[in-house]
Amino acid sequence: MNAQVINSMPDAISKAPPEEMVHIATDQWTQPFWDAAKQHKLVGAKCGNCGKFRLPPSPMCPKCHSQKIDWVHLSGEGTIYTYTIITRAMSPAVEPYIPYVPAVITLEGGGGTRLVSNIVGARVGDIAIGGKVRVIWEDHKDGMTVPHFELVPG
Amino acid sequence: MTIKDKTAIVGIGATPYTKRGQSAPQTMEELIAKAVLKAVDDAGLKITDVDGFAYFAGGHDTSLLTEILGIPEIRFTATLTGAGGGSAGALGLAASAIVGGLAKTVVVVCGVQQAVLRYGTYSSSHPADPYSSFYLYSGLVSPGQAFALLARRHMHLYGTTREQFAEVAMSTRLNALSNPAALMKKPMSKEDYFNAPMISDPHCLFDFCLETDGAVAAVVTSSERAKDLKQKPAYILASTHGGDGNWGRSLYWFNMPDDLFTSSGHNTVAKQLYEMAGVGPKDIDVAQIYDHFTSQVIMQLEDYGFCKRGEGGPFVASGAIRHKGGSIPVNTDGGQLSCAYIWGMSHVKEAVEQIRGTAVNQVKDAELCLVTGGPSNIPMSGLILRR
Repeated sequence: MNAQVINSMPDAISKAPPEEMVHIATDQWTQPFWDAAKQHKLVGAKCGNCGKFRLPPSPMCPKCHSQKIDWVHLSGEGTIYTYTIITRAMSPAVEPYIPYVPAVITLEGGGGTRLVSNIVGARVGDIAIGGKVRVIWEDHKDGMTVPHFELVPG
Repeated sequence: MTIKDKTAIVGIGATPYTKRGQSAPQTMEELIAKAVLKAVDDAGLKITDVDGFAYFAGGHDTSLLTEILGIPEIRFTATLTGAGGGSAGALGLAASAIVGGLAKTVVVVCGVQQAVLRYGTYSSSHPADPYSSFYLYSGLVSPGQAFALLARRHMHLYGTTREQFAEVAMSTRLNALSNPAALMKKPMSKEDYFNAPMISDPHCLFDFCLETDGAVAAVVTSSERAKDLKQKPAYILASTHGGDGNWGRSLYWFNMPDDLFTSSGHNTVAKQLYEMAGVGPKDIDVAQIYDHFTSQVIMQLEDYGFCKRGEGGPFVASGAIRHKGGSIPVNTDGGQLSCAYIWGMSHVKEAVEQIRGTAVNQVKDAELCLVTGGPSNIPMSGLILRR
């Protein structure tokens, strides 16, 4: 374990990347995840046969090849597995959204699956691997909703 | 039967390396054709001898190259799937075509013009699909951002530090300073490294490779025929590609098991490579390690067994990868961090020169040189050249 990690821009508050950057494409296997997101519900894709979770949801279970999926309502709590602090915009349009913090979140009750998302509204210096987070939702003008995560105090 | 030792790289050719955009008004096909002609000339062959092409990362249009170059007949044309992970493996693809009797003289070529596509935005250069939507929405538009997530986890698990990333950047820069073909001409101190702007913490500017224009080509033929050609052959001792199923899409997936997450994804490719070659890491004299990011050089050194998993940071900090005094000199031409980024092909060129004994930063009596393809989604790839 490395206790020496110092985050860049520690006193800044982490933002969400601009929604104009976000275009969610779906197919019949991923659509239920995004439909649930519109209802502000985080769901996991659990194999209806063997119980293995997978993310993103794909056409069949890689373990037993069953195509049955149980869409499990998750608590929305999770743990930060890793993160990066975007301190430089890749294009001028992104400049006002710096810093944003893409993070990999291990989902509670998700059978070990991890979701890539963003830590938003956090003092960047307080973000650390192992930190507890909770889902919040961002509704977009195009009708889609995406999950973000906030730090759980304490 | 394997491809072990049955083929050799007999010619190598490159255009001058330039910064992004500076190869204009030359076209991509023009750069590739120039590199191919140089490589064929270097081999002492004629363009009419070429009867095959092998590529990686999307490849190029063989039909157009035959038209431009005046090649009378094509008997083999194929591309490894994936991205920069296939660079070292494309040589194996060429070798398998020759060993299988499909072609006699196969050229591996790659050209890059980053005014057209900046590889820094590669992850977001295609329209979102149902799978990529799961990471693109987080604003991960660049491989350097995605690999920062792996680097951060490696730091967390093993105590790897930015000072150790800095050593990779500085060691590679030092090699570039004595290479006239290298783009970076200024020395880099630890202070310079830490003064560089942070891009995607923990990756700063100097953890990223360069944005380059150029093309590199290599000519492969049978070992038997290689003996009678102009250059000292660089025999393809082994070449493998692929990857662990649990690594899969890796930096586009992020659901790899914990031990693989903090790796370069080269574990199975390295094992197969050493098995085919009948050698181990201790036998390798010099290594060209795909350096799109400093952190991934450290993880590849672990995957190729130069040190144990998690010990790559202290290993590089000990000076092990330096050209002068290192136990395994790495990226002796200045690598992709400081010489040029041609999607892995500059590493193949440098490996051939090390085996010929003509490299600018020659490792004395180098007999075996390792080349790796870029850690990415499957395939990763490896190549061992022998004198």
